[in-house]
Amino acid sequence: METLEHLLLGHPFLAGLDPALGRMLAGCARNLRLAPGDFLFREGVVADEFYLIREGRVVLELHVPGRAALAIATIGDGDIVGVSWLVAPQRWAFDARAAADTRVFGLDAGCLRDKCEADHHLGYEMMKRILPVMVRRMQAARQQLLDVYGHHPA
Amino acid sequence: MSAAAGADPMLPRPYRVAASRRETGDTVTLELVPVGGAAPGFAPDRFKPGQFNMLYAFGIGEVPISLSGDPADGGRVVHTVRAVGAVSRAIAQAGPGSVLGLRGPFGSAWPMAEAEGRDLLLIAGGLGLAPLRPAIYHALAHSEHYGRIAILYGSRGPAEILYRDELARWRQRSGVTVAVTVDHADAAWDGHVGVVPDLIRGVSFDPANSVAMICGPEVMFRFTARALLGAGVPAGRIHVSMERDMKCAVGLCGHCQFGADFICRDGAVLRYDRVAARLAVREV
Repeated sequence: METLEHLLLGHPFLAGLDPALGRMLAGCARNLRLAPGDFLFREGVVADEFYLIREGRVVLELHVPGRAALAIATIGDGDIVGVSWLVAPQRWAFDARAAADTRVFGLDAGCLRDKCEADHHLGYEMMKRILPVMVRRMQAARQQLLDVYGHHPA
Repeated sequence: MSAAAGADPMLPRPYRVAASRRETGDTVTLELVPVGGAAPGFAPDRFKPGQFNMLYAFGIGEVPISLSGDPADGGRVVHTVRAVGAVSRAIAQAGPGSVLGLRGPFGSAWPMAEAEGRDLLLIAGGLGLAPLRPAIYHALAHSEHYGRIAILYGSRGPAEILYRDELARWRQRSGVTVAVTVDHADAAWDGHVGVVPDLIRGVSFDPANSVAMICGPEVMFRFTARALLGAGVPAGRIHVSMERDMKCAVGLCGHCQFGADFICRDGAVLRYDRVAARLAVREV
C-alpha cells in the first residue's frame, strides 16, 4: 500500500522535491474526498489549509447578492487551490466548490507555515512552486478581463 | 492567391443562400449555392482548410469570411458569419433565397499533410472555431493519419459557444480530446472557466512530435502559442491564422500588409516562427 508521503511526492506540484522535504510535508497532510457541490472552503473563513488536487475539478466562485454565483476559474487535476493561507489576514477570498468527484491532499496551513519558517530550504521550494502558479493565474485573469472574444470596434 | 485558374479573382459570382442556421445571438452559418450552376473555372466549394472567400453584400460592401464547411463536401459553400459591422450584418441577415456575391477561395491553408504522423492540437477561440472547423473535419475523417487529436476551444461565455452539437459529437470519438472553456460564467455552467492556454495542461500529447493550429483573436493566440512553446512544442510546428483588413484578397492593394507579408496572399495561415517577432511590435 502506498504511503501518504509517497502519494504526496507523486503530485505534479511537488515533482522533483527532495524526499526528505516530502517527509516534512507529509506530516502536515491529510486526504480529502469531495462530492459534486461540496465546498472546499468559503469566502471569509480562516484559510487554514492548502490543497493539492489529485483528481477532479474545483470551481472558484464569488457570490453576488441577487445574482447566481460567478465562476472565476476552474482548477483541475495536478493543480493547487488556495494561497490565502500564506498571506495575511489568512482568510479565503472566494468560495471553492467541487464540480465533480474530487480527491485532494489538504496540508494544514499552520503546520506548513511553521515548517517553512523553521526550514527555509523547504520554504523556498514551496515559493518556487507557488509563484509560477500565481503568475499563470494572474495572466489568465488579465486575459479574461480583456474580453478578447467580444466585439470591439476600432 | 489561390482562386481557381481561369477565373478573374476580382469578379464576384452570384451565390444564393440555400440555408441559414443561427449559431449564437449574432452568428449564423450560411450554405451558398451558385446561381445558375457553377461557373467554369470557378470552384469555391473546392477549398483547402483555412482558406477564405470574399463575400459581397450588394450595394453595401465586401468582407473576407473563412470557409467553415467540410472540404470533402463539394457543391456547397459554407460560411459562419458574425454580425459585427454593416457588411457582415447584411450578410448574416441574408435569408434563404437571398443572393450574395462571392469570389475565392483565397489564402494559405492549415498544414494538414505536414501534421500527419504527429499529435494534432486544434485550438480555437471565439469565432476562430469556424476557420478551424474544416481542419477538424479533415483530421477526423483521416484520423488514422494522425496521432492523438485534441480540440481545445474557448468562448466568451456559455451562450457564445459555436457548434455546440458538433463539439459534443467530436467528444465521443475515440482518440479525440475535446475541451471547452469560457471566460465568464455563473454557477449554472458545469464546464471549465478560464482561458484557452490553461486547457493545454490537461491534454496528453507529445510536444516534440505535435503540430498545433491556432485560430482566434490575436491576444488569445499569442498567449496560447507561448503556452505551447513552454510545453515544448517547436515554434515551427505552431501555425496561426492571422486577421488583418483584407480588401483585394490577391496581394495587390496592401491593406492587409503585415511586415513582409500580405495576409490575404501569404496567410491567413502562417507559421508562428515567421510572425512571432512582428506580433510583439505594436507599430506593425
